[in-house]
Amino acid sequence: MTGLGKDLVGLEPLSADQLRLILDTAEPFKEVSERQIKKVPALRGKTIVNLFFEASTRTRISFEFAEKRLSADTVNVAASGSSVSKGETLVDTAKNLEAMRIDMVVIRHGSSGAASFLGQRIASNVINAGDGKHEHPTQGLLDMLTLRDRFKRLQGLKVAICGDVLHSRVARSNIWGLTKLGAEVGVCGPPPLLPRNIEELGVTILPRIEDAIAWADALNILRLQLERMTAGFIPSLREYNRVFGVTTERLKKAPKDLLILHPGPMNRGVEIDSDVADGEHSVILPQVTNGVAVRMAVLYLLAGGRPGPQQAAGGEEA
Amino acid sequence: MTRPIVIRGGRVIDPSTGGDAVADVMIDDGRIGAVGRNIGSPDGALEIDAAGKVVAPGFIDLHTHLREPGQEDLETVATGASAAVAGGFTAVCAMPNTDPVADNQGVVGFIVRQAQRAGKARVYPIGAISVGQKGQQLAEFGEMVGAGAVAVSDDGKPVMSSHLMRTALEYARVFGIPVADHCEEMTLAQGGAMHEGLVSTRLGLKGIPAAAEEIMVARDIILAELTGGHVHLCHMSTRGSVELIRRAKQKGLRVTAEACPHHFTLTHEACEGYDTNAKMNPPLREAADREAVRQGLRDGTIDVIATDHAPHHYDAKEREFDDAPNGIIGLETALGLAVSELVESGLLTLPELVLRMSTLPARLFHLPGGTLATGAPGDIVVFDPAAEWEVRPERFSSKSRNTPFAGRRLRGRAEVTIVGGEVVYQRT
Repeated sequence: MTGLGKDLVGLEPLSADQLRLILDTAEPFKEVSERQIKKVPALRGKTIVNLFFEASTRTRISFEFAEKRLSADTVNVAASGSSVSKGETLVDTAKNLEAMRIDMVVIRHGSSGAASFLGQRIASNVINAGDGKHEHPTQGLLDMLTLRDRFKRLQGLKVAICGDVLHSRVARSNIWGLTKLGAEVGVCGPPPLLPRNIEELGVTILPRIEDAIAWADALNILRLQLERMTAGFIPSLREYNRVFGVTTERLKKAPKDLLILHPGPMNRGVEIDSDVADGEHSVILPQVTNGVAVRMAVLYLLAGGRPGPQQAAGGEEA
Repeated sequence: MTRPIVIRGGRVIDPSTGGDAVADVMIDDGRIGAVGRNIGSPDGALEIDAAGKVVAPGFIDLHTHLREPGQEDLETVATGASAAVAGGFTAVCAMPNTDPVADNQGVVGFIVRQAQRAGKARVYPIGAISVGQKGQQLAEFGEMVGAGAVAVSDDGKPVMSSHLMRTALEYARVFGIPVADHCEEMTLAQGGAMHEGLVSTRLGLKGIPAAAEEIMVARDIILAELTGGHVHLCHMSTRGSVELIRRAKQKGLRVTAEACPHHFTLTHEACEGYDTNAKMNPPLREAADREAVRQGLRDGTIDVIATDHAPHHYDAKEREFDDAPNGIIGLETALGLAVSELVESGLLTLPELVLRMSTLPARLFHLPGGTLATGAPGDIVVFDPAAEWEVRPERFSSKSRNTPFAGRRLRGRAEVTIVGGEVVYQRT
């Protein structure tokens, strides 16, 4: 009994205990990546397919490192465009892979629900590496791990998610994960980029970036896609930076130092200024480091690894 | 020469006369011969025992997709007509979104002939408003009416041009036909996969706001007033739409409306788990919208119940929610849902149900039927409002299986369906 179930499609279905289990399991895995020989045998003999229907650099590489450091055998499938444009349906693609006797699928897909769709139709474990605008659970977990590292707690912590919440799977996973562990979550962005009824998820709407800065302990700053401008959601990137950009000047007015997170890739000078991204309170690179540990924990737990993970991280590859 | 039929001892409901009493109904030579107590049996008559059941004019669906010509793997006129009679419908109106589009007398006439060959339900084609449903040039209403069309609609391709809608309403007056509109403001709805609300936010799906429907409902009402034409508003799904129609009717405008069983039964929560059988357009809305639709049916703001029967192949629905097609089949579940959701809850009486499923649909689109008056077509449904049954899509007469109601227990089911004095369906 792993305690996580078969798949990880989002943080919404997880309990607080399950979230803590993943974060706690990630702790000893951090150390594996600091070793001379970055490998433990936990997933030896397991076959994992990284099925990426959308371009991704950081997430795909992070998963691949996590898999390799656990000694799994991995195959990357980069399907450009959707399965539909390829002519094969998603379910056919997955069933063909499964016929080759794989153990896990890590899927990134442009359609919300693609990961749970797959999970319901194949016996292998399915891990959501981002589905449309739905969830990106491992990103949410690595953000939580990074916050917990710095603040030593999540309970009562105030985290403002800033930017294009409407189109963001990162925002949704953060909202679920953080609120379940007792953090307070605020969202801040231009109203056309805030989804309908978002406050019913238990978050506070912070109308202006100044409000977010005055309120929060940490800012999680979302990437603003260039196409939001042509689609008529915002007037221009320049104005976005003027009104919603996180700048040193604005941060100076904060009552306390704010921790700065960003899931990447950044648009420097749009949602975040370079001196903030590179500043002393930025944990953008520690987020990336934690990403590998969190993904190792998820893979390990879904593969049936036991909690109490000292066993997992113990012992180098002989 | 068909055999006469005598249906004995049923509760005979005829909203066209206000009749509601236990009686016999005799059908002879394809027409209603007599309604009364202890009718004598003509020579060679087929006797049908309807004790404990309701005998009513057959249901008429103003909104059906039969997929023929063009997508015969999903449904044909014959299989759709079989599904209709299995659901107690004696007539259906076929939407023009076929391939080729029913925008000319050739396609309209073809559908009429296919229905005659099938010999089940009557099928009345609805012609397109615009050539190819492209929203530009008016289709030839006169020729289509000559070939059998009873209304015009661009169906799922909303008439975005107010000028086109205006001219359609004006021109349709020449033929006395309604213009049926799928109300959807496309710039608001573009790319939407479900209702915009809490569930779409949670699922990360692009939402279609209620305003997308209501803006076009308001526009159509204004154009009905401008033109004096008859606008029929398809599948109303929002509280705001019901409110707009209520006010239009108070003003005495020629505005009529329909609602679908799924909109008075389900809410957007049915999309949880990305169930593509809950994907339709207009989308399933919120509880307050569902309640407004129910109240609209109760007080007559919404005139009729229509199915929006939309067959799709199972593997078209077996995919990502964004990519799955809209729509569900409805002919074989409409009666059960209407009885279970509207009659059992006390919103509608059985005569009111028959009014909204038979008499008013006939009246709105000027169709024969909807009445048991002597000499009217012998189109009759005998249904058991108390029969409980489980929705088993594999037993449907439709070619398609796409329904969110599989496994649901319903009350109310057709026992015998008679079209033109012939038994075309008998439950086995």
